[in-house]
Amino acid sequence: MAKSPEEEHPHKALGWAARDSSGVLSPFPFSRRENGDDDVTIKILYCGVCHSDLHSCKNEWGVSSYPLVPGHEIVGVVTKVGKAVTKFKVDDKVGVGVMVSSCKKCDCCKQDLENYCPQMMLTYNSINHDGTKNYGGYSDMIVVDQHYVLRFPDNMPLDAGAPLLCAGITVYSPMMYYGMTEVGRHLGVAGLGGLGHVAVKIGKAMGLKVTVISTSPKKESEAINSLGADSFLVSTDPAKLKAAMGTMDYIIDTVSAVHPLLPLLSLLKLNGKLITVGLPEKPLELPIFPLVLGRRLVGGSDIGGIKETQEMLDFCAKHNITADIELIKMDQINTAMERLAKSDVRYRFVIDVGNSKL
Amino acid sequence: MHLDGQLGTLLVFSLPSLSPEDLHMIKNEWGVSTYPLVPGHEVVGVVTEVGSKVEKFKVGDKVGVGCMVGSCRSCDNCANNIENYCRNYILTYGAKYYDGTITYGGYSDVMVVDEHFVVRIPEKLPLDATAPLLCAGITVYSPLRFYGLDKPGMHVGVVGLGGLGHVAVKFAKAMGLKVTVISTSPNKKKESIEHLGVDSFLVSRDQDEMQAAMDTMDGIIDTVSAPHPLLPLIGLLKSNGKLVLVGAPEKPLELPVFPLLLGRKMVGGSNIGGMKETQEMLDFAAKHNITSEIELIPMDYVNTAMERLLKADVRYRFVIDIANTLKSSS
Repeated sequence: MAKSPEEEHPHKALGWAARDSSGVLSPFPFSRRENGDDDVTIKILYCGVCHSDLHSCKNEWGVSSYPLVPGHEIVGVVTKVGKAVTKFKVDDKVGVGVMVSSCKKCDCCKQDLENYCPQMMLTYNSINHDGTKNYGGYSDMIVVDQHYVLRFPDNMPLDAGAPLLCAGITVYSPMMYYGMTEVGRHLGVAGLGGLGHVAVKIGKAMGLKVTVISTSPKKESEAINSLGADSFLVSTDPAKLKAAMGTMDYIIDTVSAVHPLLPLLSLLKLNGKLITVGLPEKPLELPIFPLVLGRRLVGGSDIGGIKETQEMLDFCAKHNITADIELIKMDQINTAMERLAKSDVRYRFVIDVGNSKL
Repeated sequence: MHLDGQLGTLLVFSLPSLSPEDLHMIKNEWGVSTYPLVPGHEVVGVVTEVGSKVEKFKVGDKVGVGCMVGSCRSCDNCANNIENYCRNYILTYGAKYYDGTITYGGYSDVMVVDEHFVVRIPEKLPLDATAPLLCAGITVYSPLRFYGLDKPGMHVGVVGLGGLGHVAVKFAKAMGLKVTVISTSPNKKKESIEHLGVDSFLVSRDQDEMQAAMDTMDGIIDTVSAPHPLLPLIGLLKSNGKLVLVGAPEKPLELPVFPLLLGRKMVGGSNIGGMKETQEMLDFAAKHNITSEIELIPMDYVNTAMERLLKADVRYRFVIDIANTLKSSS
């Protein structure tokens, strides 16, 4: 008979888990594996609340396995290192993002693209080789192979840096891959939430002109005055859309609800690129004429490899980029999830795990 | 017929071919047609007169005209030899010319065209089998180059084995690529492998075949303009793979987002090519002995040919033998 979550591993841990597709989280005692030779044990101090956590808790993608402990924007301090660990030592400030394992042998892994490895293992809601489940960062500790642990730059605040581990790399990677780095080019950022606001900051740091494209007119003032966006486009205003047609070199689309692509495609110049990083539950409608007549493309991107995640953290540290966050205690998570579903947050909740009673 | 002594090249066209766009335009399926409409934008002929400023051609030259006969000549795209992306490019037929008249295409005995939009047909290429390259050829050649799907050893899929598809196969093989045709018609398999030199053939409705080929292609050129599912095609791509659409269905297609993200894949489009690249494509075709597979028809067969084209009943392009068959009706 399978052991209970509390008994299956040697080290007791406490977290909060969703038990069913209502998505409501509650205290969940479980256990973590023994710290192996390549592993690092981390006492978790902060964990960002990603929209994916909400999708997963409510089984909106149809792949959730309960009980489910979400959390993949994890920041903490090393408390133990295995014999073969060279990258970290006790007391180092570290982070863990969206993945905790991959095959390490395939072409993707060898090219530092572990995120595209067919055997990439997610930080939570995945099954280990030994058949036990992976539980995420809404918990007090985690044990991770050193390869998948990131060094936190010294000058980066731990709480506001946590969301970079998913939101940050999710926008940074496609910006690099699809060449959105030429100074003076024009980047559109669709959606101003956890991902979008970080994309604005990184875009500005790269020297791009940045326009936020949003359905919420009330976000304009802050987008311009606080985040430094150059302009703001309300995508439901046909006149404004028309005036901006054919002006953007690229667009990062962070919106994870189903939404029309035609208005976004029309904003792109010739050879323009619309890169989608949000994960809507249903397929989107893709009009073909704008692709053909303007040689435009729609591409996807999924987080980033470990090397690039470290590069992103170092880039953000250099440019003083962190997320704008609202710090909460663990027992406020359900209210936070309800607010997140309504996009009522500037712009990421971060759980103060270290100071919460779990 | 308009005659411009300054810039024009007066041509007798002998060989336009039938492209599906001609059919769409004749039937006003895109809602932009004005009648009377003389189609034809894969036109080949011989120069019979040149204007006083013409430098590139002389009387007797074998030349071709493709999908466009004018553009603004002053925007960045025109300056960068991508007149096909000029906002004001003028189509060979059914469009308003600089003087306000409507352009009439190659289903006719003579055309007058600005020399900038005329290409030289290389000596060694037969005129009739080369005509389709002027639209079909450049339409598939341009994206193979632009999207980098032209490196020897790459594996490229071609969806649809018609006028565009069979030429895409020939170009891709000449570039040293491994080529797989993806088609709904199993009866095209034998010919594509034995005659066109295709490396493999997938019947798109055969789920087992499609499944086995998942994650094997660097790119796909999709020539199908009828609505069709993109999900199975995206599945055929390796990580970072590119699906390029050159057919343009009128209605949007469903784009499944997860597979795009999880493999960092992309879906792009492409529309013919600029004049410089069209000439480059013809020179490449000459070097590699690439022409279209054609069925030569008389002008008065054209309506029957259109009906057959609608049913994809042609190997693989009709070409009208104008010079020998276009007779005055009076």
